[in-house]
Amino acid sequence: MSTLAIRGGTVVTASEEIRADVLISDGLIQAIGADLRGDSELDASGCHVLPGFVDLHTHLREPGREEAETIETGSRAGALGGYTALVAMPNTDPAQDSVPVVEFVRAQGRRAGLLEVVPSGCITVERRGQLLAPMAQLAAAGVTLFTDDGNGVQDPALMRRALEYARDLGVTLAQHCEVSALTTGAVMHECACSTDLGLPGWPSLAEELMVHRDIELVRLTGATMHFLHLSTRGSVELVRRAKADGLPITAEVTPHHLALTHELLTGFDPLYKVNPPLRTMDDIEALREGVRDGTIDAVATDHAPHIGRDKELPLDQAPPGMLGLETALGVLGSAVALDARQVAKLLSVAPARIAGMSNQGHWAAVGKPAHLCVANLDESWVAPSGSRASKSTNNPFVGRTLRGRVYHTIFKGKPTVVNGMATA
Amino acid sequence: MRHVRSIQELGSERISRLLDLTDHMVEISARAVPKVTALRGKTIVSLFLEDSTRTRLSFETAAKRLSADTMTFSVSSSSVNKGESLRDTIETITDMGVDAFVVRHKSAGVPWQMTQWTDAVVINAGDGAHQHPTQALLDLYTVRQSLQGRSMEGLHVVVVGDIRHSRVARSNVEAFSMQGALVTLVAPSTLLPSSCDHWPVRVVHDLDAVIGSADVLYMLRLQTERMAQGLLPAISEYSSLFGLTSSRVDRLKSSAVVMHPGPMNRGVEMLVDPREVPGSLIHQQVTNGVSVRMAVLFDALTQGEGVEGDSAMKGAM
Repeated sequence: MSTLAIRGGTVVTASEEIRADVLISDGLIQAIGADLRGDSELDASGCHVLPGFVDLHTHLREPGREEAETIETGSRAGALGGYTALVAMPNTDPAQDSVPVVEFVRAQGRRAGLLEVVPSGCITVERRGQLLAPMAQLAAAGVTLFTDDGNGVQDPALMRRALEYARDLGVTLAQHCEVSALTTGAVMHECACSTDLGLPGWPSLAEELMVHRDIELVRLTGATMHFLHLSTRGSVELVRRAKADGLPITAEVTPHHLALTHELLTGFDPLYKVNPPLRTMDDIEALREGVRDGTIDAVATDHAPHIGRDKELPLDQAPPGMLGLETALGVLGSAVALDARQVAKLLSVAPARIAGMSNQGHWAAVGKPAHLCVANLDESWVAPSGSRASKSTNNPFVGRTLRGRVYHTIFKGKPTVVNGMATA
Repeated sequence: MRHVRSIQELGSERISRLLDLTDHMVEISARAVPKVTALRGKTIVSLFLEDSTRTRLSFETAAKRLSADTMTFSVSSSSVNKGESLRDTIETITDMGVDAFVVRHKSAGVPWQMTQWTDAVVINAGDGAHQHPTQALLDLYTVRQSLQGRSMEGLHVVVVGDIRHSRVARSNVEAFSMQGALVTLVAPSTLLPSSCDHWPVRVVHDLDAVIGSADVLYMLRLQTERMAQGLLPAISEYSSLFGLTSSRVDRLKSSAVVMHPGPMNRGVEMLVDPREVPGSLIHQQVTNGVSVRMAVLFDALTQGEGVEGDSAMKGAM
């Protein structure tokens, strides 16, 4: 069995950060210490050796929209971003509301072999918010996270039933918080800016009402709940209070909601159209504070590839979403000052726990699976134009200076990215 | 910038130039043969992706009076959505060699997106609920004409109706404020933008409280679908509160003028025959619309060639 040594880095373990080499073979970390040599070696000088990143929120588009992304191209984009596992969102075509579709997604992930693709399941059939999806069958097929992402579950009675059912199964529901009656035709954050641009607004209230409703449903049912891509100050405050009450709630924020404001829409570029929309600097400050104080558990990309011509539609017709996997660390690093341990928690340890992954998100330790990301957290770099792996190019961070750069990604003990280049 | 996309982008200096240039165009339009060669050899494409007859005809008349060649691309936006993308359409027409696009689209921002895909001048003939700069220019010109040399400083402009969905309101608030006029918006809150505190306007909900002090009463068209969207309980209720009735006409100052961007919804916001409103400028608006658009086309298509609009105009005459 050949060995791989990661040399000269700072290894982040459960208890400390140590200057050490890491020796890997057989897919496991065999040793952490000084002067470890391997059959092949990777230079980690100036870098931290972190647990491989886990994205709770990736749109891989397969099956259904393979011209925008496939499981293979999305996996490669993920590897370049330091990821060793992705949760595949269920808004595929067909939707991930049945065992065969979920198994197809997982199998395609294995075939690509670049990281672990973990399919989420739908809460309701075809994400229509009317009938519960066969959650027990999906759970038996290994699904642990259920969501209708792209749609919030509007009907409070149905959401209550879903939470009760999920509680019995020991799975987590993840909500896309949007009261859709308040966002009909909405294009951007509702504010003075949307008034001037003549664009229908997406009020913060539409998110906060559902966050509030679901917190109370969790209080009632005792089920566990994850909030996807929170975007407003009010949402952060609601989650902070719910956590103080001891409710089993977790929350994520995207890199772009930590970095970009709604004013970018003034040029009418659909690149900046996302759902929920980019919001104000005040919201950004609240989200950053939530990230620092732990109210926000995870940073998740909402990587949403769209083909070029879809992002050339008029702003109100263009689909929402932007790429995120390849630039997530750099955007996070440029938006919030964090230490290596916080980065590891937000991008790996917490998301793995929320998604119920037992073999991901481990602090480096002997005997643990060798899913690792080697990154220089202080390095500033300019995101290159285009995408290096994704089939789509809708990334607004191109040309921006980011902080934190991924050098190597190790999945199951094998390098998928070396010196920022995909190995396969 | 040669493009004519919003009042804000035009700025007060260029607006003044355009209004002065319109005087020349009015003179040309009054001739026995209202045609000059100023834009001979220029090709202008009317790209009307939302239904509009009057604005399109007004632009085309303007272009023809200046001897430009015109082409019309007029489809419902839905059929464009099904097939060719907007970018492909723009690039294809650009490849044919055109100098200007006059674009009307139901989506806000399309004129801004288009300028990334063409070198031609882009003239906004209305984008969604965003801007309609030539409407605001023709309204300014029409009011200026009626003032016969008096300044607009302190003039009370009262805009009534569906501000929320109105590109005319957005353009006119900026345009009239820029000239020193005091603008009051009158509408129920459901027909106002969710936040317009930052606009240089006063907002009231009672037309009768301000109608007596209006120098300009600007009635906006109310689309009857607003009722179905739950923004209004009933059209009749709207009409009684915000419509122009003969009793409200009687309460206008004798010097007040009444305007409407057209097309009017008779029996909704206009409950009187505009022909019987003494201060109505509605016909002048339409007439001046052609001259203002002549000025806009001329200015946009001759700038950048190092020729001052005014002298080139005289040369072409």
